Amino acid sequence: MNILVCVKRVPLTGGRIVLTEDQRAIQTRHLGFTVSPHEECAVEEAIRLVETHGGSSTVLTLGPAEAEEQLRDMMAIGADRAIHLTTDGLEWDPQATAAAIVDAVRAAGEAFDLLLFGNESADAGNYQVAIRVAHALGLPCVTGVKALAIDGGRLRAEQEVAGGRDVYELGLPAVVTVKEGINLPRYPSVPGRMRAKRKPLEASAPQRPPARLEMQRLIVPEGPSKQAEILGHGPEAAPRVVEILQEIGVL
Amino acid sequence: MNIVWVDSAEDELSQQAVAFARALGGEVMPVSFAAEEAYAPAAWAQTLVELVAARGASAVLAPGSDRGNELLAHVGAKLDQPMAANCTRLEPGSPARVLRVRWGGSLLEEATIDGSPVLATVAPHAVAAEPFSEPEILSVAASASDLDRAVRVSERVQAAGAGVSLADADVVVSGGRGVGSAEGFAVIEELAELLGGAVGCSRAVTSAGWRPHSDQVGQTGTKISPEIYIACGISGATQHMAGCKGAKRILAINPDAEASILASADYAVIGDLHEIVPAISAQIRKVRGASAP
Repeated sequence: MNILVCVKRVPLTGGRIVLTEDQRAIQTRHLGFTVSPHEECAVEEAIRLVETHGGSSTVLTLGPAEAEEQLRDMMAIGADRAIHLTTDGLEWDPQATAAAIVDAVRAAGEAFDLLLFGNESADAGNYQVAIRVAHALGLPCVTGVKALAIDGGRLRAEQEVAGGRDVYELGLPAVVTVKEGINLPRYPSVPGRMRAKRKPLEASAPQRPPARLEMQRLIVPEGPSKQAEILGHGPEAAPRVVEILQEIGVL
Repeated sequence: MNIVWVDSAEDELSQQAVAFARALGGEVMPVSFAAEEAYAPAAWAQTLVELVAARGASAVLAPGSDRGNELLAHVGAKLDQPMAANCTRLEPGSPARVLRVRWGGSLLEEATIDGSPVLATVAPHAVAAEPFSEPEILSVAASASDLDRAVRVSERVQAAGAGVSLADADVVVSGGRGVGSAEGFAVIEELAELLGGAVGCSRAVTSAGWRPHSDQVGQTGTKISPEIYIACGISGATQHMAGCKGAKRILAINPDAEASILASADYAVIGDLHEIVPAISAQIRKVRGASAP
């Protein structure tokens, strides 16, 4: 069973987001980077499926040269190989991103039984790349999956909804987007990191088409700008806390 | 004419999407699928695509829910048109301009969307809900194409109702990395139980395996809206704050008076949660004991 997982490099934003001077990006000089949380779970799911059913997992990203770090991280936890669609750092809109992935899937030397994505990226949150890829490839697509089982060329996927879970059953090949919580991703081991350095990574640089959904500028929303009232230090503050719980009527 | 997919006349996010569409001016047509139709995203989107052509719609909108975003993504794919998810503002024009949510609400984006019809979903609470009546809704059936119908809900598994749900709880007591271990959550659980509330946690805690993901509050976890959120040993990363900004009040218990959560909190107690949380529980028992007959 051959699986492709698409991931995106995003900054670890910490407590406060600061923008660059032109307001078109997050100031990342002092930040680390990671893979969007849902996608990290998608990679873990692919590794587990390959452990159970055999085959191989390929991780793909569209991003700057630095995104190789995320591809190596994902190979360190068990992905077998990587495809890097390199960009000059400019953001690609969802249509352009999907088109580049579709081209890469068609150009890959193998047919994928399953294409896994995160439900939405942590940063842009466009909720659509996987669906566009599925449409272009003529594949069925299930989104927001919290449990996935594969048996005899068919998949069963569960999606969390208010009051329960909705179940989908369909044949492979298929596109599935997952949500964090479907599994607990493993951490890379030191030998895993060593192996990842030698795993195959294929890079190419697709042309960025004009954006049809084009970011003009980012804005840090003005929060309620609070200054927390310090109720006290240590356990001596407990009576004041309980007074407040009484005042607001939860006690 | 603007088409709005609605889940139902009672659904609050659908009411917000209709209000958002009305504010754009022109005729608004809420559309929903007959109750007996199993959810089938591509087939439902195909019906919306056919309606766009039949009615000459200039925009298709939907609530910024999982299903609203999924449906409009399918409409965008079928029409090869751009789609903007979770918008708080839309100015028609060529191109149209939107203000949309990024990073779970920690950042906003001004963008142009160069497409026709304009496809957008409405971020939750972008506008106040406006009730609309059942007869205003055009009830439609899903498209019959086999490929589109291949993905549909075959079964609904009901959740086992255990305790207060995190999303609906009036009080949420949460622990972060500062709790230190799975066992450390005993004090958090005790306080939550005394308050009839739910236990939450941060992503660091879930990643460490101390609590299940179903307890996680945040951008990729549960969004909560309690009367009070008691955040213990949580620094206040944007990922976490995206999940608790719906809380009416936040009480932060943290050893660091400079922690970023204090900039979003109403109240703070500075110190070790392992001393402070049990002291609050003890005080609640004391107060209750005094008022008991």
